[in-house]
Amino acid sequence: MMNTFVVYVENKPGVLTRVASLFRRRAFNIDSLTVGRTEKPEVSRMTITAEADHDQARRIEANLYKLVNVLLVENITHEPSIVRDLAMIKVAATHEARSHVLELASVFRARVVDVAPDSLTIEITGAEDKIDGLLEVLRPYGVLEMVRTGIVAMRRGKNTISPATAINGELEIAEDDVSQSV
Amino acid sequence: MKPKTAGKTMTGAGILWECIEREGVKDVFGYPGGAILPAYDALKHSKIHHILVRHEQGATHMADGYARAGGKVGVAVATSGPGATNMVTGIATAMLDSSPIVCITGQVGSKLIGSDAFQETDITGVTLPITKHNYLVTHANEVARTIREAFYVAKSGRPGPVLVDITKDAQQTSAEFDWDAAKPQLPGYRPDLSPEQKEYEQALDLIHKSKRPVILAGHGIIISGAMQEVRDFAERAGIPVALTLLGIGAFPAAHPLNLGMMGMHGEAWVNHTIQEADLLLAFGMRFDDRVTGNLKTYAPNAKKIHIEIDPAEINKNVKVDVPLVGDLREVLHELLPHVESIDRSEWLDLIDKLKGDSAVRDIQNLPDSGHLYAAHVINDLWRETRDGDTVIVTDVGQHQMWEAQYYKHEKARSLITSGGLGTMGFALPAAIGAKVARPEAEVWVVVGDGGFQMTLCELATIVQEKLKVNIAIINNGFLGMVRQWQEFFYERNYAATPLLNPDFAKLAEAYGIRSMTVTERSQVVPSVRSAREHDGPVLINFKVEQEDTVYPMVAAGASLHEMIRRPSKIVETAADE
Ligand SMILES: Cc1cc2nc3c(=O)[nH]c(=O)nc-3n(C[C@H](O)[C@H](O)[C@H](O)COP(=O)(O)OP(=O)(O)OC[C@H]3O[C@@H](n4cnc5c(N)ncnc54)[C@H](O)[C@@H]3O)c2cc1C
Ligand SMILES: Cc1ncc(C[n+]2csc(CCOP(=O)(O)OP(=O)(O)O)c2C)c(N)n1
Ligand SMILES: [Mg+2]
Repeated sequence: MMNTFVVYVENKPGVLTRVASLFRRRAFNIDSLTVGRTEKPEVSRMTITAEADHDQARRIEANLYKLVNVLLVENITHEPSIVRDLAMIKVAATHEARSHVLELASVFRARVVDVAPDSLTIEITGAEDKIDGLLEVLRPYGVLEMVRTGIVAMRRGKNTISPATAINGELEIAEDDVSQSV
Repeated sequence: MKPKTAGKTMTGAGILWECIEREGVKDVFGYPGGAILPAYDALKHSKIHHILVRHEQGATHMADGYARAGGKVGVAVATSGPGATNMVTGIATAMLDSSPIVCITGQVGSKLIGSDAFQETDITGVTLPITKHNYLVTHANEVARTIREAFYVAKSGRPGPVLVDITKDAQQTSAEFDWDAAKPQLPGYRPDLSPEQKEYEQALDLIHKSKRPVILAGHGIIISGAMQEVRDFAERAGIPVALTLLGIGAFPAAHPLNLGMMGMHGEAWVNHTIQEADLLLAFGMRFDDRVTGNLKTYAPNAKKIHIEIDPAEINKNVKVDVPLVGDLREVLHELLPHVESIDRSEWLDLIDKLKGDSAVRDIQNLPDSGHLYAAHVINDLWRETRDGDTVIVTDVGQHQMWEAQYYKHEKARSLITSGGLGTMGFALPAAIGAKVARPEAEVWVVVGDGGFQMTLCELATIVQEKLKVNIAIINNGFLGMVRQWQEFFYERNYAATPLLNPDFAKLAEAYGIRSMTVTERSQVVPSVRSAREHDGPVLINFKVEQEDTVYPMVAAGASLHEMIRRPSKIVETAADE
């Protein structure tokens, strides 16, 4: 099944490569990966979706934790959560098609963000299947170009995963650890 | 305790050595070049002893051998580009066997990065999947923290290799050096997990209910330093102990509860015992495919308890009933007081019966057929060196398996071998590292004629460093282990496995190393004795039977109990005297 992971990582060069490389190396396929800033500049937040059964999902989580720059991993697949994807779709919309396209956009609560003589660009936010649905009905008019952000996700209600909880405080190293045998 | 250093200005190169010294390192293994020259220049201000190797792969294996023999972090140094890429095999070797090494590489100036500058290689990119972690340092003021973090990451939790790539300008420019302020900052790194109370109870319940339990003793015991705890546990609970290749030495070979090595070339009765068991207690081992054989038929009636520090190992190959994630020594400390002593003589008797039908004889009692077998060489070497503080470092191949079968190791860190990557060429340099870490120990290299030629350039390092390392070449004129697979699975088509070798004795002489060539069984003991008496390195070229085969063998993909056994009556395994 498709799993959704929320991953907090240190905002450092190369961290995205480390995460992506891990999936490749362990032969898991990333379906979607988004990364962006958080309210803490030193922390970035990723939403990763990947196909995996229960056991594989647990191993993805454990392996992510092995990356030194990974702060927190939550598999929210089975949690009540809000999942959003954003798409911009440029549709061929000549005179007679234009009103139909506008109508469809409003049914899907999508917004028109650009109007040109031969085309309309529609922006839609929602769960992936909603976007798939809009795409489906627009296709007959001619989809000229499309871009999707990949999904971002967040748990509902008071179960918050904040970057502050991700940083578990400064690491304490005892003085004698320095020469401790391994 | 070193004095506080706040306020002192030093070059990045100076800070590098100062930090390495403060981490308790006395010896490093390396090879210079343009991008690391500032560091080499600064070495003159340091107490660190630098050992000049002959190939950077050697430096990494030496650091690895140093770590495995001494239980400390080993350090290897190289220049950018080809120096750094030559380290790749050694890093991958350390990664698969969880060995703590820190590799320092020079990098082109930070302004040149990304420009395909002379000897520029993206070595952090190259080594990303084969290091536990790696760093690119572009400023002198990042050197101290990075080195402290590198050592901490390398040795804590599940140990592994860490690479630190330092640009030339970061070595040359100066920064304030403040050791205390450069404390590691690793907010996401959690090496210290421990099991939940409930899991301990479930484990104890399984242990107490079990009638046919076996401990699978792995490398994690040695890493954790839990040899005594494992022994206490086995003795109190009356549970026999089987060892992985890398677990050899974690439990004394002579102990009555010791069964021997499991797996592909393990003793037949050990594999049968595992298949018959109703409970497996995996202590710091990762169920490698050479250990389990076919997973579908592996220990089908056994519950499994897995004590393991790395959560990603749980349920990776074998589904377990109770995982106890944490440091083995700590977990056993928790368990021990609650373990009840149970009489399992019925089970132990059954194992004795399994042993009985496995052709247990003493190879030394066999009449001398005029042939020199590798097993004889190894067994004699064991008899001669068993009482001392001996470290055997093996390469990869048939000789490695015969060593595991015929040399009886009583102590941890007395066998050093490349298990997970199976890196030919490991033994000679790793033995150099072992000798540097433990100068008092007697160090022997046991190496095949193939693997020896992969890193033999390090003979020069032995001589230059005046190291007393003895080398036993098990010379069968073949890439023996591959030949064995061709014998079994490719209709004896010996494609690309016969070796036309140089005269190894003459080769050693050219390096100024004393040498001997042995072709008969009666010469083995005298040659070993004479090597031990000689005050300097000795190489013995043992010309052994060419087409000898390691038995038993679980073919790749076969079930653990389906072993290929020796067809004739020649001895399969040496019993104790
Ligand atoms: C030619 C050849 C033949 C081979 N044949 C065999 C064979 O017949 N039998 C055999 O056994 N092997 C064989 N091997 C070796 C095999 O490939 C593996 O390397 C070996 O089985 C691994 O042993 P291990 O799991 O004990 O050690 P490692 O691979 O080093 O694993 C150690 C485990 O312990 C864990 N650990 C580390 N520190 C701690 C701690 N403090 N507390 C708890 N856990 C910890 C680690 O996370 C890891 O999972 C062969 C290799 C070669 C090259
Ligand atoms: C670097 C490397 N290349 C290839 C192999 C595959 N391999 C495994 S064992 C072996 C033969 C080793 O021959 P030798 O060193 O003579 O030892 P023997 O088996 O004869 O004791 C080979 C080629 C390997 N393990 N490592
Ligand atoms: Mg050979």
